[in-house]
Amino acid sequence: MSALRHLYGPIIDNNPITLQILGICSALAVTTSLTTSAVMSLALITVLVMSSLVISTIRRHIPSAIRLIVQITIIASLVIVADQIIQAFAFDISQRLSIFVGLIVTNCLVLGRAEAFAMQNPPGPAVLDALGNGLGYSLILLIVGFIRELLGAGTLFGLTVFPSVYDGGWFTPLNLMLLAPSAFFILGLLIWAIRALRPAQIEPSDYKIAIDPNRRAP
Amino acid sequence: MIDLFLRSIFADNLILSFFLGVCTFLAVSKRLDTAFGLGIALIVVQTITVPLNHLILARLLAPGAWSWLGLGDVDLTFLSLIAFIGVIAATVQILELVLDRFVPALYRALGIYLPLITVNCAILGGSLFMAERDYSFSESVVFGFGGGIGWALAIMGLAAIRERLNYADIPAGLRGLGMAFIVTGLMSMGFTAFAGVQL
Repeated sequence: MSALRHLYGPIIDNNPITLQILGICSALAVTTSLTTSAVMSLALITVLVMSSLVISTIRRHIPSAIRLIVQITIIASLVIVADQIIQAFAFDISQRLSIFVGLIVTNCLVLGRAEAFAMQNPPGPAVLDALGNGLGYSLILLIVGFIRELLGAGTLFGLTVFPSVYDGGWFTPLNLMLLAPSAFFILGLLIWAIRALRPAQIEPSDYKIAIDPNRRAP
Repeated sequence: MIDLFLRSIFADNLILSFFLGVCTFLAVSKRLDTAFGLGIALIVVQTITVPLNHLILARLLAPGAWSWLGLGDVDLTFLSLIAFIGVIAATVQILELVLDRFVPALYRALGIYLPLITVNCAILGGSLFMAERDYSFSESVVFGFGGGIGWALAIMGLAAIRERLNYADIPAGLRGLGMAFIVTGLMSMGFTAFAGVQL
């Protein structure tokens, strides 16, 4: 049972994006549509699982002085393979993902899990932990991508859901949803929603706000 | 050139419109002085690595770069990712040694931020954008410097706002990370207003 906790834990309770603040950079940029979010999630899960597997298999042979270089080299090689595969089989999606597949190399999530978990644990739990973190990351990506594409263009995976006014329908697309600020707002509100359900994640306040008992409403 | 400089600071701000380096951006923006240190370190590293990576890409990796050896059809661009990361890690390491030897005051001020920068998406993203947009050498210098300034500007702005927000009565679930996201979103809306500026 404890092995499965590595898998379930990071999906909501210890989500890499909303709690650990790892891997946000790419999470926001690719979420303008569901297709790009899904491809990005798949690429990240593959790289994360493979790198955790490789690093935890050879963890006893990596000298600790150069472990970061070894980890980055392994991750970068896997990312190059993933990037080439996406370019070969889905060229137009790779154009839309632009540099963000390459940025998986510096995605704090991959290096963070390699350093914090895969270096200390055998391959089995390391793979489960990587898969759980990858799924937690994908969940957030898909939720944000769903909201942005549905409200920004009225489509899902490129298929029309709400017919827009430009095609004679009733839905006026919200262009703000396709711009950068909306990603920050949606993620901020999503964190609020998760913390409303899981009050243990609420951050303590640095300062207490004193309420004057004699104060009257202005 | 001035247009590119201003665009890389404001309209194409690395954080607020391309989300590069957001992890560090949110983690290190609780206090203004640490944000300032990290911002300066990022400007320095970005200004050095983007032109350096441009040279490596153009002289060693681009198709035809080895034609003087009679290897005209060798295309090594698929190695650019690993080369960029290597260059960035090495630059940061060398910069640390040089600063420690010659400018100890600056070294102490930047301290822990330099190694952090190796895994900052903004640095690698700057180099990858330079490669994707085919900048010339002088353009890559300007882009690296401007991008660094834009990043530093944004993190200092957010840190200043967050220091002030400590005294605000925020709903419990939104405290900390959630509020940082919403403030960043508002800053990002402000910066998109620069998108139409042409010089």
